[in-house]
Amino acid sequence: MVLIAYLTYFERKVIGAIQLRKGPNVVGPFGLLQPLADGIKLLTKETIFPENSNKFIFALSPILTFALALLGWAVIPVDFKLVLADINVGIMYVFAISSLGVYGIIMAGWSSNSRYAFLGALRSAAQMISYEVSIGLIIISVLLTSKSLNLTEIVMAQKDYWYVIPHFPMFIIFFISTLAETNRAPFDLPEAESELVAGYNVEYSSMTFGLFFLGEYGNMILMSSMSTILFLGGWLPPFDYEFLSFIPGFVWFLTKVCILLFVFLWVRATLPRYRYDQLMSLGWKLFLPLSLVWIIITSSVLFYLGS
Amino acid sequence: MIEYIPILVFIVFALIFSVGAFSLSILVGKKAYYPEKMSTYECGFEPFDESRGKFEVKFYLVAILFIIFDLEIIFLFPWAVAFYEIGLFGYLSMIFFLVVLTIGFVYEWLKGALDWN
Repeated sequence: MVLIAYLTYFERKVIGAIQLRKGPNVVGPFGLLQPLADGIKLLTKETIFPENSNKFIFALSPILTFALALLGWAVIPVDFKLVLADINVGIMYVFAISSLGVYGIIMAGWSSNSRYAFLGALRSAAQMISYEVSIGLIIISVLLTSKSLNLTEIVMAQKDYWYVIPHFPMFIIFFISTLAETNRAPFDLPEAESELVAGYNVEYSSMTFGLFFLGEYGNMILMSSMSTILFLGGWLPPFDYEFLSFIPGFVWFLTKVCILLFVFLWVRATLPRYRYDQLMSLGWKLFLPLSLVWIIITSSVLFYLGS
Repeated sequence: MIEYIPILVFIVFALIFSVGAFSLSILVGKKAYYPEKMSTYECGFEPFDESRGKFEVKFYLVAILFIIFDLEIIFLFPWAVAFYEIGLFGYLSMIFFLVVLTIGFVYEWLKGALDWN
């Protein structure tokens, strides 16, 4: 929770720095209390239910979006055995939860009964399911090498070398797909403010908007930690030296997640937005065939080495 | 099943938290309703008709393609985990499956199902 709030602070600071501005610096020392102030501000604003909307679904969708963004965390191992539920199908669970995220957006767009929201939700759903396919295929390649669906075991399988080394092209594709999956720039077509105002959440105000917002940032952190677990060796230090393993695992984990999140923000501050047809063709015509071919290559190499 | 109990607790916690934040804002937030505020946002215009009208069929097509590929991914999950136990037969049959799928994919591509314009 606090992490999500401070990610918004971090984002404004980083983008401020990249654009040679100061970012928030008034509330508290270095503006550190800014997220708290934003939260209170959002909480005390008026919640608007548009008269044409389906009130129940309208209220349900931000709740669902935020709850789903939190739910994925139940299986993420932050350190060895430092995990809420060490289930043996952990990666399936995360995959399922992140797929369900589409529902919140579809429900929001449909129940708002507004053009912008409807178009934004359609775009967002099409984009998310397109990139989910390549994310799924990339996960398969990782699973082939790790032989387990349990997230702890996937990390332990990377003791000798991180999967970013053998699967480097897949790491890049996975990262770009997570950008698209979380609707972040340069793939933030659903909320392209120059044409759709704000996309699926245009009718939302107050905490209902806040929950969407927090959900998006929660998903960013969740996806970054998934990249960390799948490719960057989770809580493992980069080299198996004594003095490096002296630093506790969750520090390594957090450092890697923060680096990935920084790249998220960096990308947002520097790259222009994609066109929608380019976005879809990137997903279906480039990432999907590439990750499919990579599965065949990985399995062939493993089969050759195994026999 | 015992390891799933924390997840259940977590689901309850997440729901309570999000419902709580939502209802707190309704309780605390100010209320001043008037008709213009409650109308659908359309840059100051009254909306002409229902917004749930026609939309591009492409979105539907993407959804159908997604179902095909997602099902395939579900097939691949157990195969990937059991890869070392099923040997040559398992390897070859999945390669055959992927080849068939690729033929279908190439067909879609040539038919223009993946083009947006």
